[in-house]
Amino acid sequence: MERTEIRITGFGGQGVVLIGYIIGRAWSVHAGGHATMIQSFGPEARGSACSATLALSDREVLYPYVRRTDILVAMSSEGCEKYVGELKDGGLLIHESDLVAPAVRPGQRACGVPSTRIAEALGRRLVQNIVMLGFFAGVTRLVPLEAMREAVRLSVPAGTEELNLKAFDQGLAHAETAASAPSLEGVKP
Amino acid sequence: MSTRTDDTTAREHPIAPFIRMERMPHIWCPTCGIGTVVKCYATALADSGVDLDKACVVSGIGCTGRVAGYMRLDGFHSTHGRAIPFATGLKLGRPELLVTVFSGDGDLVGIGGNHFIHAARRNMDLLVVLVNNFIYGMTGGQNAPTTPLTAHSSTMPFGNFERPFSLPHLAASCGASYVARWTCLQVRQLTWAFAEAIGRKGFRFIEVIAPCSTLYARLNKLGSGLDLMRFYHDNVEIRNGADTREVDIGYQEKIVCGKFRDEERPTYLELMHEHYRKTLGDRYVPMPPEGGLIRGED
Amino acid sequence: MKADPRGVLTGTHYLDGDFACGEGAMAAGCRFVAGYPITPSTEVVERIGRRFPMMGGTFIQMEDELASMAAVVGASWSGTKCMTVTSGPGFSLMMENIGLAAMMETPCVVVNVQRAGPSTGLPTMVGQADMMQARWGSHGDYALIAVCPRSPQEAFDLTIHAFNLSERYRVPVLVMMDECVGHMTEKVVIPPAAEIEVVPRRLTARPPAEFLPYQTNGSLVPEFARAGDGFRFHTTGLTHDERGYPVMTPECQAKSVRRLLDKIRLNAGEIARVEEEDTGGADVVVVSYGITSRVARLGVGLARERGVKVGTLRLVVAWPFPEARIRELAARVKAFVVPEINMGQMVLEVERCAAGKAAVVSVPHAGGNVHDPEAICQAILGAAR
Ligand code: SF4
Repeated sequence: MERTEIRITGFGGQGVVLIGYIIGRAWSVHAGGHATMIQSFGPEARGSACSATLALSDREVLYPYVRRTDILVAMSSEGCEKYVGELKDGGLLIHESDLVAPAVRPGQRACGVPSTRIAEALGRRLVQNIVMLGFFAGVTRLVPLEAMREAVRLSVPAGTEELNLKAFDQGLAHAETAASAPSLEGVKP
Repeated sequence: MSTRTDDTTAREHPIAPFIRMERMPHIWCPTCGIGTVVKCYATALADSGVDLDKACVVSGIGCTGRVAGYMRLDGFHSTHGRAIPFATGLKLGRPELLVTVFSGDGDLVGIGGNHFIHAARRNMDLLVVLVNNFIYGMTGGQNAPTTPLTAHSSTMPFGNFERPFSLPHLAASCGASYVARWTCLQVRQLTWAFAEAIGRKGFRFIEVIAPCSTLYARLNKLGSGLDLMRFYHDNVEIRNGADTREVDIGYQEKIVCGKFRDEERPTYLELMHEHYRKTLGDRYVPMPPEGGLIRGED
Repeated sequence: MKADPRGVLTGTHYLDGDFACGEGAMAAGCRFVAGYPITPSTEVVERIGRRFPMMGGTFIQMEDELASMAAVVGASWSGTKCMTVTSGPGFSLMMENIGLAAMMETPCVVVNVQRAGPSTGLPTMVGQADMMQARWGSHGDYALIAVCPRSPQEAFDLTIHAFNLSERYRVPVLVMMDECVGHMTEKVVIPPAAEIEVVPRRLTARPPAEFLPYQTNGSLVPEFARAGDGFRFHTTGLTHDERGYPVMTPECQAKSVRRLLDKIRLNAGEIARVEEEDTGGADVVVVSYGITSRVARLGVGLARERGVKVGTLRLVVAWPFPEARIRELAARVKAFVVPEINMGQMVLEVERCAAGKAAVVSVPHAGGNVHDPEAICQAILGAAR
């Protein structure tokens, strides 16, 4: 993989950092790549738009921050507005379709998933982020699914693995419906 | 305390085994009260039967700060105001130690005041002996947080107008389990208080009023150290169990002495062990009493 | 000896630098930590506070950093390995008792996750501007050791190394991390305990009657006795003799201070550690440390594309400074380029050692972000001309 920059944003309590953590862990620990995650700290993290960034690569990540993101995962409209500007031309916006209006520039793509509704249907609104993660995995196919599942299993609270894997699979399934899965061509640098 | 160094004296003096006689003469002025306090403490220690190998003294900086250097125990002469946190680390690093802090008023409640109140709040397992001479001695008679109103000091040349701390009240209200005040002239009571406090747990605070003949007496024209001693002797009022709100010391006024508090309250270590045992159960591994040193075969 | 397995979380983890540093401390045998919360270092003690109760360790949150550092010095004399953790403002407060640790020759580790200063500065953003304070921050003459991790993996490895050095030389060892490394999450491999080499606290074998706390017996590092073992020793922050007794003379001062410096200076060859790449035949050598050493490699790559022969030298151990190696290189390279997230600190050391034989170019950054690799590249191109 060439260096791929990802930002995940949402409001506090949506589990933004956990999404970044699982993707990074899956790619580096379980798929043998390099992944550097930075979570936003300070006043920024205390407000309503919190975010985590990831740089994934086959080689060591030398520059730790993202500058022009390839993929923006937005779970709140405030976060989306704040960060969509750094999404590169041809970049991909993945959004919570009930909460975020996909305002992308021409040439950029957007695809959404009602992850909150899906999580609620599963009986636990809290797993919304893992539904989003499954959707991300399915849409981007950046990280092998087995590595993702392994990372989910090892990163969620003990006793909730099954529920979370189910949430992951539902998000994944949603990505596989033709309507929501845009071509990824041109997204990768 | 004797300032003679010949061996006969060393053998004869009952507390000589507690003193680094090779360091005599000490630096304290004649008729300074600190030496008496050391003698009382050593006597109490000898009578207590505690394992002296496990007894440590930690001092800060100042005249009383030198105590750690004169006692033949593991002794630590730390930095100004930091004797209490230093002692806290020593105690927590090897919980079986008996750790006594010996320092002055400027050190422990001036620059070190924050540490004092927090150690009392935690009921940290320390015996804190504060020798109060109402002034900074080592640096030459500057105002202290204990200088009585209107008393003169070199930095309050027209008399002190800052309200001083009433130390027993400070210690008691922060949570100390044992609080007493004596003057260094009440040798028997003081020795007894040390013995009692050695046998107690938690934050034990003993304030000892001692004359500073060289500075406090001189700056206030109170005569010789001997005169000051006489004054303290004649103006002590013993009131065991007194309400610590009523034991302020005014300039050349009566000094209320006694044991003001002696309560069994859970100490920092007890609270910690109990809490972790409750919350973690069998998973809790406390630090062994002999400390966290990990021995290797190398 | 090998690490105590209770402190070693063997496995492949995804950890941030702060957590990895905490894991390194526990693996090294640290069992006492005193600290005061401060961004961006707090996660280190949060990690430790969570795991210590299960391994016989004690963590205490002190009332301030003065107290934290004093408690660490006290705890070290109990024989328990110990550490404190902070960032710039707290580091300033710790200077008093870092000096005491140096004077009493107390093994301990101090972690500074550097943020941008001065004063409160940018609490959540990266800086590397405490490097000179690390060396010179406490009053008087003394020497100590400072290491600079470049990644969470190194935060783990170098924290263990810091403990080992502090035991070997009886000095405070500083882990000079930066906010970026501290808050960056990456893969961290923690080996089995049996593969981790740790230096234990070495207690003197002498009986108390034959022991003097600062007698060196020809070596530069005295033997250690801990409190509570019957040695009835004394130690002080005052200038002292072999007995640990205060001696207020210029002669004793000269002897004590010289040895405090010599034990690091004369062992610098063993302590100093750099990592070099392509310095043989290079015209320009980029000297950097911590997160900047990673960003600098991008700048180096850009310069190479433009035909410059560039090598890199990374300060794994910043103090003692690798004087000998910089002198050697100065004799054969054209220039050194020194990017760092401060307005020019370690560059002064490079300059001192280059002594006019090679040009030295500073690439300063006031903090809050890492360098733009292009800025480093431009400095290299300029230096190569
Ligand atoms: S200056 Fe005062 S307190 Fe200090 S030794 Fe002399 S008499 Fe005692």
